[in-house]
Amino acid sequence: MKPFLTIDPTLTRPALLLRLALIGLILGGVAALFAWRAGWFTPHTLTQKTVIDTFEKVDGVFPGFRRNHAKGVCFRGYFESNGNAAALSRAGVFSPGRIPVLGRFSLGGGLPYVTDAPSTVRALAVQFQLPNGEEWRTAMINLPVFPVQNVQQFAEQLVAFAPDPATGKPDPAKIQAFVAAHPATARALPLIQQRPISSGFADSPYYGLNAFTFLGTDGKPTPVRWTMIPEQPFQPSPAADPATLDKNYLFDNLIAAVRTAPQRWRLILTIGQPGDPTDDATITWPDDRQKIDAGTLVVEQIESEAVSPARDMNFDPTILPDGIAISDDPLLSARSAAYSVSFTRREGERKEPSAVTTAETGK
Amino acid sequence: MTSKPRTQFAIQSRLLHWLMAVMILAMLFIGIAMVSSLADYHWLVAIHRPLGIAILILAIIRLINRKLTKLPPFPPTMSPAERRIASASEKLLYALMIALPLIGWGMLSAGHYPIVMFGAVHLPPILPAHPELFAILRAAHTVLAYLLFATILAHVGAVLFHTLIVRDRILDRMALWPVRRPKVADPAAKSLE
Ligand code: HEM
Ligand code: HEM
Ligand code: HEM
Repeated sequence: MKPFLTIDPTLTRPALLLRLALIGLILGGVAALFAWRAGWFTPHTLTQKTVIDTFEKVDGVFPGFRRNHAKGVCFRGYFESNGNAAALSRAGVFSPGRIPVLGRFSLGGGLPYVTDAPSTVRALAVQFQLPNGEEWRTAMINLPVFPVQNVQQFAEQLVAFAPDPATGKPDPAKIQAFVAAHPATARALPLIQQRPISSGFADSPYYGLNAFTFLGTDGKPTPVRWTMIPEQPFQPSPAADPATLDKNYLFDNLIAAVRTAPQRWRLILTIGQPGDPTDDATITWPDDRQKIDAGTLVVEQIESEAVSPARDMNFDPTILPDGIAISDDPLLSARSAAYSVSFTRREGERKEPSAVTTAETGK
Repeated sequence: MTSKPRTQFAIQSRLLHWLMAVMILAMLFIGIAMVSSLADYHWLVAIHRPLGIAILILAIIRLINRKLTKLPPFPPTMSPAERRIASASEKLLYALMIALPLIGWGMLSAGHYPIVMFGAVHLPPILPAHPELFAILRAAHTVLAYLLFATILAHVGAVLFHTLIVRDRILDRMALWPVRRPKVADPAAKSLE
C-alpha cells in the first residue's frame, strides 16, 4: 500500500525542515494577516461592536429592542414629490408623484420603557419606496445640530453623560470635563438647549443633520442637507408638571393627532455652497443658503411595533437611491456600521412587548 | 498529443481558478475588515455585495465547467486516501463558493434590506423579511466564511507541501501557461513505482 504522503527522497533532512518551516511561515503569515485585519491584535480600538457594547453598558440590555432610539411607534403614509428637486438629483423619489413610505417615530436613548419627557430627543425615520424597487432610508432628530463630530466623541459622550449609579443622575463634573475637551460640543450645546421645544411629535421639525451629495442626471454633485418641517402649527410644550403627564403622552398625542387627520411635513433641502462644511454635523450652514421644498411627507396611519414591518428594519442612513450619495461626513459610515450591529443583535433576540402597544395605536 | 492523458486543467478552468482565488481571498479580507471598521465600513460593504454576487455567478459557471470538462488524473504521487481527501476538499470549496454569496443575498433579503449592487442596479429579495431567519443566516455567513478561510489555508498548505516536499510539480497542473510533461518522470513519482 502507498504511504499517505511521499517525500522527495533527494531532499536532505535540513532542506526538508527548511521547506516545512517555509510552508508554516506562509500559512501562518496569511492567517496572521487575516487576524490583524479582523482587529484581533488591537482589541482596544473603537469598533461597531464596542460602540454598541457602550450603549448596552450605559442603558442595560433590553432584548429585541434597538440599542438607541429604543422607544418608538411605526407608521405608514406616502411622500408626494413636487418635482422641485429633480434638477438636483436623478433619484426617482424626486420625480413628481406619490410613493409609499414606512417609518418610525422614536425617542433617543436605549430605554424602551422610558417616561416621555419634553426635552428627550425626538426622532423620525423614513423608508421611501421608489417605483423601481430602490429605497431611501433616513433617520432624523429634532436637534438643529448634532452634539459631536464623530463616533469616537459619540462613544465618549455616552459615557460622560451616563447616569452615575450612586445618584441616578449624570455627573456634572464628567459632563463639564467632556465639554471642555470638545470645543465643537461646547459650540453645539447652546443651540441644542435653546431650541424651541414643541408640544409633541406632530409639530416637531426633524433634521437630517449629516450632509449628503445629490447627483443630477448629468452627474453634477451638490452638497445637500434636509429637514422635515411640520405643517402642523408650532405649539409650545405643555407647561404642566411633567409628573402629571402620562408615561406615553408624546406617543398618545401623536396617535390621537393622526387619527384626527393625516399629519404632514415638508421635505426642505438646504443647498450647500462651496466651502460649507459637509463633514461636521455640529455646525449649521449660513441662514441665507438656498432652500428647496421638495415635497410632502404624509403620515396616514400609526402602527405598533408589534405589527409593523418597520420594527424589523434598519434605518441605516447610507441606504440611498442612485442620485443621492454620502458626503465625507465620518458619522455616516460609523452610523451604518453601528446600526448594523444593533440590528443584528436585536433580530436574534426574543421580542418583548413595546411600551406603546397595539391597544393604544389601534393597529 | 491527443493520445496522452492531459496533465493540466483545461485553460478556462485554470483561468477561473486564479481569477476566483484572487476574488475570494479579497472578499474574505474585505468581509473581515469591514465588520470591525467604523470609518471604512460603508465603502467596503459597497464593494462586498457586488463582488460576492460576481463570485456566485463565476462559481456556478465553474461548477458547470467542471462537470463538462475532463479533469486531469491525480498525479501518481497521491495515495488513494489523499485523493479522497483532495476531492472532498474541492467539493467543500465549491459548496462554500456558492453557499456564502447565496447566504449573503438571502440574509439581506430576510433583513428587509435593499440588495444594492451599484447605481440603481439592485437584486430582488430571495427570501421573505423575517427576523429569526436573518439572525440565523447572518451567523451562518460568519461561520461559513471562517470555514472557507480554513479550507483555503488547508488547500494552499497541501499544494505547498506537494510543491516543496513531494516535488511532483503539482502547481504546473494549475499554471496559467502551458507546461509540457517532463520527458523523464519525476524522481518522486519514480520512487513509488
Ligand atoms: C455616530 C453617531 C451615532 C450612533 C453611534 C448612533 C447609533 C444608533 C443606533 C445603534 C441606533 C439603533 C439602530 C437599530 O437598531 O436599528 C440608532 C437609531 C437612530 N438614530 Fe442614531 N446614531 C448616531 C448618530 C445619529 C444622528 C446624527 C442622527 C440624526 C441625524 C441619528 C438618528 C437616529 C434615529 C432617528 C434612529 C432611530 C431609527 C429607527 O427608528 O429605527 N443618529 N442610532
Ligand atoms: C480562494 C482560494 C482558492 C480556492 C477557492 C481554490 C479552489 C480550488 C479548487 C476547487 C480546485 C480544484 C480544481 C477546480 O475544480 O478548479 C483547486 C485546484 C488547485 N489549486 Fe486552488 N484554490 C484557491 C487558491 C489556491 C492557491 C493560492 C494556490 C497556490 C498555492 C492554489 C493551487 C491549486 C492547485 C495547484 C490546484 C490543482 C490541484 C490538483 O492538481 O488537482 N489554489 N483549487
Ligand atoms: C464568496 C462570497 C462571500 C464571502 C467570502 C463573504 C465573506 C464575509 C465575511 C468574512 C464577513 C464578515 C463576517 C463576520 O466576521 O461577522 C461578511 C459579512 C457580510 N457579508 Fe459577506 N461574503 C460573501 C458574499 C456576500 C454577498 C453576496 C453578500 C450580499 C449580497 C454579502 C453580504 C455581507 C454582509 C451584509 C455582511 C455583514 C455586514 C454587517 O454585519 O455589518 N456577503 N462576509
